[in-house]
Amino acid sequence: MNYNWNWLVFFDLEPGATGTYLSYLFGGLGWTVMAALASWILALSLGTLVGVLRTLGNPVLEKVCFVYVELFRNVPLLVQMFLWYFVLPELLPPQMGDAIKQMPPPWASLVPAVLCLGLFTSVRVAEQVRSGLSAIPRGQKMAGMAIGLSTWQVYRYVLMPIVTRIILPPLTSEFLNCTKNTSLALTIGLMELTARARAMQEFTFQVFEAFAAATLIYFMVNILVVLLSRRLESRLRIPGLIGSDSSRITAGH
Amino acid sequence: MKSIKFAAIAGAAVLSIAGVSHADTLAKIGESGVITIGHRDASIPLSYYDDQQKPIGYSVEICQRVAEAIKTELKRPDIKIAYQLVTSANRIPLLANGTIDIECGSTTNNAERQKQVSYLPTTFVTANRLMYKKGSGISVIADMKGKTLVSTSGTTNIKQVTQMNADKNLGINITTANGHSESFLMVETGRAAAFAMDDILLAGLIATSKNPSQFEISKEALSVEPYGIMVRKDDPKFEALAGGVVKDLMKSGEINNIYSKWFLNPIPPKNITMNVPMSPNLKKVITNPTNSPDPAAYQ
Repeated sequence: MNYNWNWLVFFDLEPGATGTYLSYLFGGLGWTVMAALASWILALSLGTLVGVLRTLGNPVLEKVCFVYVELFRNVPLLVQMFLWYFVLPELLPPQMGDAIKQMPPPWASLVPAVLCLGLFTSVRVAEQVRSGLSAIPRGQKMAGMAIGLSTWQVYRYVLMPIVTRIILPPLTSEFLNCTKNTSLALTIGLMELTARARAMQEFTFQVFEAFAAATLIYFMVNILVVLLSRRLESRLRIPGLIGSDSSRITAGH
Repeated sequence: MKSIKFAAIAGAAVLSIAGVSHADTLAKIGESGVITIGHRDASIPLSYYDDQQKPIGYSVEICQRVAEAIKTELKRPDIKIAYQLVTSANRIPLLANGTIDIECGSTTNNAERQKQVSYLPTTFVTANRLMYKKGSGISVIADMKGKTLVSTSGTTNIKQVTQMNADKNLGINITTANGHSESFLMVETGRAAAFAMDDILLAGLIATSKNPSQFEISKEALSVEPYGIMVRKDDPKFEALAGGVVKDLMKSGEINNIYSKWFLNPIPPKNITMNVPMSPNLKKVITNPTNSPDPAAYQ
């Protein structure tokens, strides 16, 4: 293989004269983190809402939530990105469509990316929340109702605290997926970490160096998330409660 | 004694591997029985898909002539031609790692790329221009201040406009797209105000679009881009053979027939005529074939 290694390429200046390639990649990391956090906040709030609504027992709500979940779950994320970026402005009334299309980059790419990723991840969070709620024995909800709590109070004081602790590990996975999925936004023009690694590769032809750096940065960020999540888990743990001790199967009541 | 012997054998083995760093495409083709031609999907009329997803075009046809010459040279009429789609971003890596043997698209010949690959004599000369919608008030790059400019990733054009934007402080919002069709779509839908690309590719995309009359190409040329067919570096036998085919086409005048077929006559899939007469720059190259990366050689 005739490859010409050059690890010093990170100190070369990138063509847009914003600094070295290293600072260029870290700039991309900033966009990745921004997109990931914004979509995660959207996903968590919307997903929890939808997950809870599905368990209330109202058949109309359940159908609506079912359609919502299946719609976003069954279309590939990349297709969804294109739909949000190219198709949505055409479907809206011309004034709104034009206003959207006139947004300068990078916001023109960030906003559809966050909306798309947020909604896509929200349905996965909704399913996690729904399974968490189904895992809690029925007796909990009934006991709550029996002592006179309203539905909102039962969820707020009894069910959701348990659910949150149960689904924290899979939620961490979802957050990691969300962070990694931000790389798909490169197809709609967002210059996040993967897009910048590709640009660096195209400008310098140093493909291994560029992608080694991107891989390392993604890995570090994700490991950080995992460590923070483990800390959160241990701090929130309620001993004796279902899901509190993942290393021992405890029967809940 | 034993360890010295071992070291000597190991050293010789390593050196022999290092020695075999010269590519030998003719041997590879002989062994595998396949010539892999790298082509593009939307570089009309040089290298693109027709409506049957077959790769056709001016560069593709020249490469097919080269492939025939290889079959004759190796005395192997059984050698097959395989086609591999490449993009602006992966054409050089795929050539360097052996996935394709020859790249027949719309690739600019420049000094930086010549550090990684070799070029056959220049077969087309184009210029980097802007495409925009008529009536947008744009005619030169300075008009793009505050507006969005799109170009395809992996091209010399995106690098050039990025550098120009920084050097001259033009204040343009530059965005990239994954392919020529996508970049064109961005201008068509109004997401970008202009698309910077080689003028022949712009002409091809406009000619085959739904509403050609709404687009315009700028008169201002940002650079001169000579196109050449790419082959692997450090492979003098293959380069000489393939380069010889191109030079013969130019000497015999056959290149003019191939040129009119793709640039002056109706072409598939929509039977549209590009109507681009041969530029004086290209005529100059045909009389004196060169693979120089220096734009000044083509003025």
